[in-house]
Amino acid sequence: MSDKFDVAIIGGGVVGCAISRELSRYQLSVAVLERAGDVARGTSGKNSGVVHTGINVPTGSRKAALNVAGARIFEDYCKDLDVPFDRVGKVIVALEEDQTADLESLMARGVANGVPDLEIIDSSTLKRMEPNISGAAALNVPTAAIACPYSLNIALAESSAEAGVEYMLNSPVTAISGDEGDFQITIPGGTVNAALIVNSAGLFSDKIARMVGITRWRIWPCRGEYVILDKRVGGLINSMVYPVPPKGGAGLGVHITPTTDGNILLGPSADYTNDADDVRTTAKIRRQLLKEASEFLPGLSPRDVITAYSGMRPKLVPSKVGGFGDFVIEEVSEQPGMMNLIGIESPGLTASPAIADEVSDWVREKIPAKKNSNFKGKWTAVDRVRDEPPEKIDALISEDPAYGEIICRCEMVTRKEIVDSINNGLEATSLNAIKYRSRATMGRCQGGFCGPRIIDLLIENGHSPESLTLTGGDSWLFLGSVEDLRKGKIPAVVEATN
Amino acid sequence: MSAHEVADVAVIGGGPAGLAAAAEAKAAGASRVLLLERDDRVGGILNQQVHDGFGTKVFGEALTGPEYAAIYEDRVNDRDVETWLKTHVIDVTKDRLITVHSDKGLRTIEAGSVVLSMGCRERTRGAIGTAGTRPSGVFTAGAVQNYMNVRNLAVGRKVVILGSGDIGLIMARRLKLEGAEVVCVAEILPQPSGIAGNMVRCLEDFDIPLFLSTTVVEIHGKSRVTGVTLAEVGPKMGEKKGTRRFVECDTLLLSVGLIPENELTNKIGIITNPLTTGAIVDDSFRTSVPGIFSCGNVLQVHDVVDYATLESEKAGIAAAIWATTGKLPDADIKVTAGEGLRYVLPATISGTDSVDFTMRSWKEDHNRAIIFKSGGEEVRRLRMPHMEPAGMIRVRLGKGRFRRIVNNELTVEVGD
Repeated sequence: MSDKFDVAIIGGGVVGCAISRELSRYQLSVAVLERAGDVARGTSGKNSGVVHTGINVPTGSRKAALNVAGARIFEDYCKDLDVPFDRVGKVIVALEEDQTADLESLMARGVANGVPDLEIIDSSTLKRMEPNISGAAALNVPTAAIACPYSLNIALAESSAEAGVEYMLNSPVTAISGDEGDFQITIPGGTVNAALIVNSAGLFSDKIARMVGITRWRIWPCRGEYVILDKRVGGLINSMVYPVPPKGGAGLGVHITPTTDGNILLGPSADYTNDADDVRTTAKIRRQLLKEASEFLPGLSPRDVITAYSGMRPKLVPSKVGGFGDFVIEEVSEQPGMMNLIGIESPGLTASPAIADEVSDWVREKIPAKKNSNFKGKWTAVDRVRDEPPEKIDALISEDPAYGEIICRCEMVTRKEIVDSINNGLEATSLNAIKYRSRATMGRCQGGFCGPRIIDLLIENGHSPESLTLTGGDSWLFLGSVEDLRKGKIPAVVEATN
Repeated sequence: MSAHEVADVAVIGGGPAGLAAAAEAKAAGASRVLLLERDDRVGGILNQQVHDGFGTKVFGEALTGPEYAAIYEDRVNDRDVETWLKTHVIDVTKDRLITVHSDKGLRTIEAGSVVLSMGCRERTRGAIGTAGTRPSGVFTAGAVQNYMNVRNLAVGRKVVILGSGDIGLIMARRLKLEGAEVVCVAEILPQPSGIAGNMVRCLEDFDIPLFLSTTVVEIHGKSRVTGVTLAEVGPKMGEKKGTRRFVECDTLLLSVGLIPENELTNKIGIITNPLTTGAIVDDSFRTSVPGIFSCGNVLQVHDVVDYATLESEKAGIAAAIWATTGKLPDADIKVTAGEGLRYVLPATISGTDSVDFTMRSWKEDHNRAIIFKSGGEEVRRLRMPHMEPAGMIRVRLGKGRFRRIVNNELTVEVGD
């Protein structure tokens, strides 16, 4: 690569991609370097998808300001990008009378942070709003909302790629040299030159900073496990149901969150780990999540669980210290020309549009730029047949018969949606890239039926079976043909050590 | 909606059950029979089952899956059943109005009778809650069967199989024959889940070790599976301390059970049996909703396709009679699963014709008997040299015995 970019963004999470979208409004050359085979593979893709109001963060902090600013514009932001958003509201439930004082202090902080329409409700009002939930009282937060976090991340990336941003997947940064105006960034197989760097590497943002000699930050990965419940029990709650946050805990407590697709999430737990990639799930936490959620929703059964997954928080404060760590959004004296975004954990999703604005201002102060005519204010994802009324489905099918062939029946995803997902603007072709764009394989059969059909469509669209992966990188799905196996030609799997 | 169609009998799902039901419905006098199949061909799971052993009960010879399917495919074609491929049923109402989605748009079908024959799906890692990382290389056995037999793709070369269900056992043999190393089969239960014959034909004959009361407690590997941790479990399925061991492999195959696809059944509001999760039916395979019938694996998971065929043929005939005459004999005799049986099917019988009862026992046992009782008196006793939960028991009660049934009640149990 000999091109020189105005800006290199390291990390294709929701923050990096929101910045790329903001910058794509201008005539700037921008590259996004992502270590994984797709965007939204780290913290951004695996969280509760909550658009926070700002009641949980200390007044006067950067988190509070950016959270409230982001929340204000989030609905329009999702609308512009065709991302599922739902203002379902939130109830923070006191199980016992003695927790009602906690509700009052939460409410006071919310009011101070500028959160509208907060009220404390009694148990009968709670029962009317949430017939399946019992509690002594609750704080009602009607402006809280949910959005689909990975759909937003993908829409930000694909819309900016369409406007000219270059996305480089499978490109982990291994070294950075040079200086402001003339950085050299090493990735496998080449060097990317850029005038400015945005470090939005999330869980690895401390390591990126260290590459240019900034040693003041350290990220403490904190794993959060979730379980996903079947849509058939999706109607048990109407809004998000949160406990009173545990004192001194690393998170907001195990909550029950509806998703924009009609499932329910239980989680997350909070376990510190040394390995940011260690997104394992455990039998212990799975049991614990069901048990804790059952305190609010008696009768939940292990049979209601479709699957479990883990996300990872990039915490700036270690477990033994505890307490609050604010967002860091800073260009520091050790390395001018690099904007560091460190410790962007919850409410990072909500804050991402506001963070992107701030970083965009920083870039344009250094490199003034005219408007980009290729930027589109509105971006649309592929039409999702499952969301359409019958007349529209008929119209879509007569326009393109591929809309008439349902490939993933659990989630009602058609051939058209899958082929469009395969041919996405980022050239992300793993099975999970298709899953996160189309929802195929996310349902109760977890790809048992549609997996082989999606493989066929990938092959029909020019991908060889041996090139197919689950999540990019070395996550190969097939190790050869059956003949190769018979002839002993299948290679041994070697786990990369980094 | 673009089009509205009318049919005597609509059969949902073109696997072995749907093929048999549709063929017999047509032969029994239904003038228009529609077979609705979401795949691009009929035959269902048989299409990927290239091993033999199908048809020994019905045809007296061992056929491969595709051979067995082809016989019934020819039969529906010869009898002018209309088969709609790549057609997905998205709704069925209690009044038997079916909505389908296909490349012809959305269509509705007003059916005299509906036969539900949607089959089953495999239980997944998520459903059984296996802990660990989420690498590539974890597959259900049926998916691997499809990749290997239909698409000629090898998923790995060093394989651990969790669960001793029949598909898992068949795949253990298949993988070994094709040169893969099958490290072991782990089964959480103290007894195998597959039928006894497959234990010998697929594992013993190929020196593949089987570890009972053992499960996978953790999956390792970030990109691709690098191994699994096995542990022994106690009588209540709890992990036994100190029994963990790491086994290197690049692939984990899951054969941990089949789940009948009753989403549509439940959506219609049909009453189901929690033990089979399928519909409660009478000896005509009628469900609780008039005009809607259920048969094959969506009704109860079969281990032998021949029996699914026989059951579905009866359902197809009854569906045709109901659609053309509006009459089927009332089934007033209530059947209960007694001591030793997990369930017995059908739940009610009419007492007009002989009935083939199907049932499964709770546990493995030897030299016992299946006993039919009514009013405390024995109606029929059949000696069973061997019974196991993995093997469906099928017993005919001839109509000559019906005069012994009193108070419209019949109990079936395991006795001595």
